[in-house]
Amino acid sequence: MLAAAKMIHSLFLVNASGDIFLEKHWKSVVSRSVCDYFFEALERATEPENVPPVIPTPHHFLINVLRHRIYFVAVIQSEVPPLFVIEFLHRVVDTFQDYFGVCSEAAIKDNVVVVYELLEEMLDNGFPLATESNILKELIKPPTILRTVVNTITGSTNVGEQLPTGQLSVVPWRRTGVKYTNNEAYFDVVEEIDAIIDKSGSTITAEIQGVIDACVKLTGMPDLTLSFMNPRLLDDVSFHPCVRFKRWEAERILSFIPPDGNFRLLSYHVSSQNLVAIPVYVKHNISFREGSSQGRFELTLGPKQTMGKAVESVLVSSQLPRGVLNANLSPSQGTYTFDPVTKLLSWDVGKINPQKLPSLKGSVSLQTGASKPDENPTINIQFKIQQLAISGLKVNRLDMYGEKYKPFKGIKYMTKAGKFQVRT
Amino acid sequence: MLGMSANSVSYNEQGSVESGVDAAQENSSIPGSFSSDLKEMLESNKESLKLEAMKRIVGLIAKGKNASELFPAVVKNVASKNIELKKLVYVYLVRYAEEQQDLALLSISTFQRALKDPNQLIRASALRVLSSIRVPIIVPIMMLAIKEAATDLSPYVRKTAAHAIQKLYSLDPDQKEHLIEVIEKLLKDKSTLVAGSVVMAFEEVCPDRIDLIHKNYRKLCNLLVDVEEWGQVVIIHMLTRYARTQFVSPWREDAMFDENNEKAFYDSEEERKVEQTKPYIMDPDHRLLLRNTKPLLQSRNTAVVMAVSQLYWHLAPKHELSIITKSLVRLLRSHREVQYVVLQNIATMSIQRKGMFEPFMKSFYVRSTDATHIKTLKLEILTNLANEANISTILREFQTYVKSQDKAFAAATIQAIGRCATNISEVTDTCLNGLVLLLSNRDETVVAESVVVIKKLLQTQPSQHSDIIKHMAKLFDNITVPMARASILWLMGEYCEHVPKIAPDVLRKMAKTFTNEEDIVKLQIVNLAAKLYLTNSKQTKLLTQYILNLGKYDQNYDIRDRTRFIRQLIVPNEKSGALSKYARRILMAPKPAPVLQSAFKDRDRFQLGTLSHTLNSQASGYLELSDWPAVAPDQSVRNVEVVKEAGAPALRKSKTAKSNEKFYSDSEEEEEEEEEGSSSEGSSSSSSEESVSESESEENSDDSNKSSSSQSEKSSSESDSEKKKKTLKNKKLQQQKPDILIITYLPPQIMQKTLLLIIMTKYILIHIVLSISTQFFVNCMCSLLHLCVFLACQFDVVSWHVHVSLQASSPVFVPETSHELLHRMTGKGLSAQYRFTRQPCIYGNSMVSLQLTLSNSSDQALENIHISEKSSTGQNIHRFNAIERLEPQASVTVSMGVDFNDSTQAANFQLCTKEDEFSVSIQPAVGELLLPITMSEADFTKEQGKLMGMNESSATITMTPENVSSQSVNRKVVSVANIGVIPSSQENIYRFAGKTVSSGSLVLVSVALKDPDAVITINTEKTVIGSMLLRQFKTALTNSCP
Repeated sequence: MLAAAKMIHSLFLVNASGDIFLEKHWKSVVSRSVCDYFFEALERATEPENVPPVIPTPHHFLINVLRHRIYFVAVIQSEVPPLFVIEFLHRVVDTFQDYFGVCSEAAIKDNVVVVYELLEEMLDNGFPLATESNILKELIKPPTILRTVVNTITGSTNVGEQLPTGQLSVVPWRRTGVKYTNNEAYFDVVEEIDAIIDKSGSTITAEIQGVIDACVKLTGMPDLTLSFMNPRLLDDVSFHPCVRFKRWEAERILSFIPPDGNFRLLSYHVSSQNLVAIPVYVKHNISFREGSSQGRFELTLGPKQTMGKAVESVLVSSQLPRGVLNANLSPSQGTYTFDPVTKLLSWDVGKINPQKLPSLKGSVSLQTGASKPDENPTINIQFKIQQLAISGLKVNRLDMYGEKYKPFKGIKYMTKAGKFQVRT
Repeated sequence: MLGMSANSVSYNEQGSVESGVDAAQENSSIPGSFSSDLKEMLESNKESLKLEAMKRIVGLIAKGKNASELFPAVVKNVASKNIELKKLVYVYLVRYAEEQQDLALLSISTFQRALKDPNQLIRASALRVLSSIRVPIIVPIMMLAIKEAATDLSPYVRKTAAHAIQKLYSLDPDQKEHLIEVIEKLLKDKSTLVAGSVVMAFEEVCPDRIDLIHKNYRKLCNLLVDVEEWGQVVIIHMLTRYARTQFVSPWREDAMFDENNEKAFYDSEEERKVEQTKPYIMDPDHRLLLRNTKPLLQSRNTAVVMAVSQLYWHLAPKHELSIITKSLVRLLRSHREVQYVVLQNIATMSIQRKGMFEPFMKSFYVRSTDATHIKTLKLEILTNLANEANISTILREFQTYVKSQDKAFAAATIQAIGRCATNISEVTDTCLNGLVLLLSNRDETVVAESVVVIKKLLQTQPSQHSDIIKHMAKLFDNITVPMARASILWLMGEYCEHVPKIAPDVLRKMAKTFTNEEDIVKLQIVNLAAKLYLTNSKQTKLLTQYILNLGKYDQNYDIRDRTRFIRQLIVPNEKSGALSKYARRILMAPKPAPVLQSAFKDRDRFQLGTLSHTLNSQASGYLELSDWPAVAPDQSVRNVEVVKEAGAPALRKSKTAKSNEKFYSDSEEEEEEEEEGSSSEGSSSSSSEESVSESESEENSDDSNKSSSSQSEKSSSESDSEKKKKTLKNKKLQQQKPDILIITYLPPQIMQKTLLLIIMTKYILIHIVLSISTQFFVNCMCSLLHLCVFLACQFDVVSWHVHVSLQASSPVFVPETSHELLHRMTGKGLSAQYRFTRQPCIYGNSMVSLQLTLSNSSDQALENIHISEKSSTGQNIHRFNAIERLEPQASVTVSMGVDFNDSTQAANFQLCTKEDEFSVSIQPAVGELLLPITMSEADFTKEQGKLMGMNESSATITMTPENVSSQSVNRKVVSVANIGVIPSSQENIYRFAGKTVSSGSLVLVSVALKDPDAVITINTEKTVIGSMLLRQFKTALTNSCP
């Protein structure tokens, strides 16, 4: 046989314990024994994340992504841009999540028929065919509890009786004939701060990455424009295909016919020229003494540049050194857990009260005889600040054209910690 | 020896598992009882039971269970009405057809039937499944289906056809030649839906046939932004390869003004000017590609961004590369797997061009939560980016990494420090000192790596050893890790001449502890002893002998062996042969310094963004990127002769060159317009030529003036007087309705722009009412129609029905004659006349378009003129909107459509006013049941060949002398029937083609002159129409007067 047949040949789903629980082939069947090479790599990897994304085998290549503790392993036979496959696999996961709410082994097993129907539509001969969620939803209705019950009683189907018109239209991302009694458009401006803070509290690197997620439920074919007070802040942007690029280039206005439902309109990067405000600080005192089996552990959190907003849902986690046996700590608020196996310490702080700063103090016990760990642990912090876009980005106005009704519009801002690390 | 590489990043290492990949498939069949249950369910009458059974079967397939024994029961349901059931059967069929070939054949007829379905989605899905059934025996059926689908009206079906090409090719590579033909045809397709898929097929089947791309290159570049994202990736990769074979290198002069003058070239306008003064001028097509891919850097699809980045890397002048940096860095925010691939590519780029990524250095800082392979890649990039200016920052960062809990990563950091130390001489000492400090680390990996790196560093700098070796000797007592101890001993021995005092002392200490050391350390003690014996035998002779004696009785045979060997080599005695003379040269031979370089050094031999690049080994199916040609191949191969499509004889060769220049004018938007403009210009001019040939009326010469002026669109606009004339007519003809946009006669350019604007603003429903009254405007109409055809393809407005391979063309001749529908006497003052507009009907694609002129010759206003709902005959009629009031002596023109169903049977209906009803009937002439089409002469002959025998009717006539000229033949024929003129290479043969309005059957007419006789041949499936036409042609051509 020729070495032809590009793109994705087969897909295997592997759970955390290393079992294949679903397989799908788009061309001739590839034996699942091909996954042995994957399992071998899995065994070698110390952490689940350490499995290399691309694994060569004598006749095939395995490209995998790990999400929700499931490996999606695609089998490739010949040269293909690896990102092509990776991006597609992530799109598959997104679709599952969209359909089943969660993308878990149980959910996939429960909905195996829908999964199969979806995969069938998403790839033709290994080449992506329909990956827009709006089109897929017209082809295959997402399962709901009600529909499942009705289907079992009446024997009706998940498969849309109507054929998708979106696939053929000028705006393939939007289904046609959308109707709502309440017309609403909500936009969430969500910014994440990625930062590395060094021992002394100074910022090594910090950047802001933002997205605008939208939930648009509007009747007909609305044409929206969204403008910003300060579009100059946006340094690097990537758009949903619906956004008219030229309009953005010329006027810095987002003009688009939205998909129906939830979608990510825009992701952006705030130019690195702007100084990034760091909303929390950490005071830490973690020390291990040579020869002693005890170590000191003290953490205090406090708000820094929060523009007067409250810092909420704070969660501190830290991977303690391997030599640590146990931790005996007392938090001033919230709860903490320490897993003696993985050595993962996590402290659910909740809201930071500026008048009474949360702290976690106590001692950690080391293995007797073990030498002093040479690195202090890194502290990862998660938090949320409502009603604030830390970069200062503000939406100016949202207008709708093309339809006559008046929609309800809403814009929400939020700042979150992305990869926010404090080295100690 | 010390050749340890604890760097465990060995993805590329091929697993050594021997179990054959395609070995026995898990064949756990389903239990028998279960299977018979399912069979029963499938054979039941209840849809719901069948569906349930299929769902369970799909569940089994998903688990990898073998359900093939149910094949006969499943395949029966292939024609089910239930869509979900049918789809699940498809899933099953595709999975098992290969194993059950004979039974699979039972389903084929169902698909063949579905291929003819009026619904495009059903046609597409049938083709999808049919082509997925890997049964060699149906190859001919597949081939036929693909060929047919490739000319389907629906772009979606054509897209499916492109996918099917690859499937058929992998099933039967012998079909290659035929498939290439289909690919060639589909490459010409203007739909964005098709473009990605057909290029994919091209890459699969015939990637070496670069010549097929030439003519489609510019179109692909221009369509790219609107193609779906997966198609974009494929097209960009293909165009990268294409460009490397067609354009000359933009890098030639670069070396001179490369990094230094970068600033001066940021401004693109300026840049072009500067470039023009240089000997290198970028091919405009090359520039077009770069410009049209740039916006895609903003795509949300990481594969697209990567594809554009690699395109720029391989094709853009070096100073333009910086624009991809930001986008690549943005991708690092994406999933772990994406990061992995992107970082690899950045690593390769950063070796050659540090400057690109240096400003983003901090984005490559490692986080403790990164996966090991991500960390290692970031480290690699940081090392590549290190230079004198930033090295201190980088080293400070490295210090944190060395302490990492991930020891493999810490070891990799030490290697990275070593590389920095060799590359940047300013920091060599600092690095060495830092590394020496690490020797006291508790972790064996770290120490071992440090020693290895120190060892390498010392070897590259043989002059300043002694200090560090002394320092290491001092630390020696505190170092416990055997590997590190062994390494230090090796260094002592190797450079014992630089530390003449310390080395013997170390040996003395070691002699004391020899028995307690680890084996690797013992071996190195023996080594050290031997080397010292050779260089400094006076001080160490006894020590050496003592150690050799200890070694002789060691428990480890390796050490005993080594001892015996060394003793024979260095201690002279009778038995030792010639070898001992060379002892010194053997032991003290200069060891080559290891090279410290990036693992990504030679990665750029692979095209970036490919699988081969990621793996650093060539994957099957990898297509090599060729080197730039020294001399650019002929540029004109990419020129597209728009004219050909319109079916007119080739004309105005010079035009293409001119349009070239226009293509690459400033903004893209304009460019698109212009392209459209030029394509319609082409057609308008072509048809104008035809009309010139057919009559020399004043109007027509006027017309050709206009079209030639429209050609030089930009520079010269039409003369004012002409415009006025048109606007006047516009007013007269325009009919206003609130919800329908009516575009009548505007100058073509304006019309095109308006249309474009409308479509740009994405009005989905465009009602374009086309009506025509005088031949004067034929050309306007042509260009508009062509524009619509083009736009329809472009924007997939499927409602516009145009057969693509048999491109519909505009009517060559529209008769002025009106026929009476209702005489004013019978109509009590209301009179009606109708004429055939010969345009495709907008109300339905099987309708004939008619224009009705209603006049009121009474002295009272007539109210509510309309066509009655009930029609006496079966024809489908699209009525005109009721006319509320017609004033006395006024008249109004309306259009309507009638589906005559390809028969000359009259359409009878009631024309009503408020008070009266009049029965009227329209009797179509057979020639009005046709629509003109264009095709190439070759296609014509081919199609004619298919319509022989029963389908052919011919007659010989004697021509009247005045009819012999080509113009008159053409004029006669096209006045009788609405058909298009086909260019003919033979002088005495005239060809015409059309299709029937309702069924779309081809009607081919040819007139061969053999003075004084002529043979008229008509080929069509519709034999009745054929013979009727023949009769009419006979009369027309033999009558002396029209």
